[in-house]
Amino acid sequence: MEALNIKQLRKTYSAGVEALKGVDLKVEQGEFFALLGPNGAGKSTLIGILTGLVNKTSGKVQVFDEDLDVSPERVKAQLGVMTQELNFNIFESCWNTVNFQAGYYGIDWKEASRRTEQLLRDLELWDKAKQPVRNLSGGMKRRLMLARALVHDPRVLILDEPTAGLDIELRRSLWVYLQKRNEAGLTIILTTHYLEEAEALCNRVAIIDQGTILRDAPTRDLLGQLKKQTFVLELVEKSEMPGDDEQVQYRIVDPLTIEADVAHGITMNEVFERLKQAEVKVQSMRPKANRLEELFIDLVGKKGKGLSA
Amino acid sequence: MNAYRLYISWLTLTRKEVMRVLRIWTQTLLPPAITMGIYFVVFGSFLGGQIKEIEGYPYIQFILPGLVMMTCITNSFSNVASSFFSAKFMRHIEEMLVSPMPDWVMVTGFVAGGVVRGVICGLIVALVGLFFTHIPIYNFLIIAFYLLASASLFSLAGLLNALMARKFDDISIVPTFVLTPLTYFAGTFYSIQMLPETWKKISLANPIFYMVDGFRYGFLGVHDASLMVGVVLLGGLNLVGLALSMHMVKKGVGLRS
Repeated sequence: MEALNIKQLRKTYSAGVEALKGVDLKVEQGEFFALLGPNGAGKSTLIGILTGLVNKTSGKVQVFDEDLDVSPERVKAQLGVMTQELNFNIFESCWNTVNFQAGYYGIDWKEASRRTEQLLRDLELWDKAKQPVRNLSGGMKRRLMLARALVHDPRVLILDEPTAGLDIELRRSLWVYLQKRNEAGLTIILTTHYLEEAEALCNRVAIIDQGTILRDAPTRDLLGQLKKQTFVLELVEKSEMPGDDEQVQYRIVDPLTIEADVAHGITMNEVFERLKQAEVKVQSMRPKANRLEELFIDLVGKKGKGLSA
Repeated sequence: MNAYRLYISWLTLTRKEVMRVLRIWTQTLLPPAITMGIYFVVFGSFLGGQIKEIEGYPYIQFILPGLVMMTCITNSFSNVASSFFSAKFMRHIEEMLVSPMPDWVMVTGFVAGGVVRGVICGLIVALVGLFFTHIPIYNFLIIAFYLLASASLFSLAGLLNALMARKFDDISIVPTFVLTPLTYFAGTFYSIQMLPETWKKISLANPIFYMVDGFRYGFLGVHDASLMVGVVLLGGLNLVGLALSMHMVKKGVGLRS
């Protein structure tokens, strides 16, 4: 069953900016879906339309067969939203922030309180329940936003840059939590600045640029389309480079560091065989960027312009 | 949403608004008590003793209903204008916009918060007034109608102002340049029978005059203008304000791009 079905969605802002140019998109129930694109690609506009924060110009949006134009309240009831910008009343307590949100969805006080406590405990915010939001750290605020987005038990969770500004440990713990919720049946739509995050979490990825979907495919298929991947090699000592061929090209970054562009289909064993024959001793090796990022750059062609999702 | 869920949704917003009023009581409830206490001292005790009775009542008794009404409408207005604009400014209005809460629940929830603050502030002023004079009650239902309908009307006005406002300055324009002059020229401190004919006619074009006049009738049993005009005007303006607010929220004016 389709959790989300978008047909020919267009948005032109009053200033004349065409943010979405006929977007078609489908997300299946239970998917962990990533929407990636550079700054200004139209991601936030698309999410804004889904969540009722932006009025669409034309097109059709359905969430579990409920049409946004026909029954916006039924659509909203099925969505949980964590926006990119913090949108709290900073003077309100954490408890009230989550509890009131449940109330807005019509959940009675007793049930709302039970869910609020559960979520605050799950997201390690229970000891901050009585604290005003302004006293929380950046990471805690993000987790509180997630608790607020989940309190009405939505069928689809929309996350706009959920881990922006979080340290690695917190980001990873949030990934684990989201994966658990996804495994329990929650459909998740994610935009993220960290393409590594999309590669690790999402089983389907769409890449949007200038209001148009460039690619929409399972993550595995997309990664299979990579023409090459770049690796950074740290050398034990200064060495002569092996000669370039069609499969592998080398660049010297500094006397003890080289980059190797490895064509799709070439194994690491083959690369190391070439290096061994050239008597190049390698201390360590790492990918220069994650694979999705390489594909993203390849598709959008805007390397150095400021990647984001 | 079924009726019960709608009720919970409305109650949550109203509760949140009332809790806000109580949480920041030094900004919301204390100032009118102090300001109007000073009014009672200066206009009631110091000057009032020098002024002859108006329509058969001591000056302090005559002005008291007007002061209660003035407090009620300014507080109702500023409560909704300030709360709603803050929610827009800090973007936590999005908590409601992403939820299935219907537009009418959002509008009436904020208005209920404004009405509660307006009525509480009015009661505080009346209680302060009791230290200075006896307060007669001619018709409690009239008092309740005028107080609630006026608070509701100016809560709606505050909401409309907040919807259109783009910066904090914009929500002080109406109270400063519209509300204050209209309340001071609404017969709060005098009977319009004391005015020259031209000013009397101008006063009759001021909607707040009818609120003060009708409200005072509820206490003293005297009035300067037709009560029916006041009732129809209040009811009509409330309906217009509600329809306009609903329309603007539905269209997303000042809320959605």
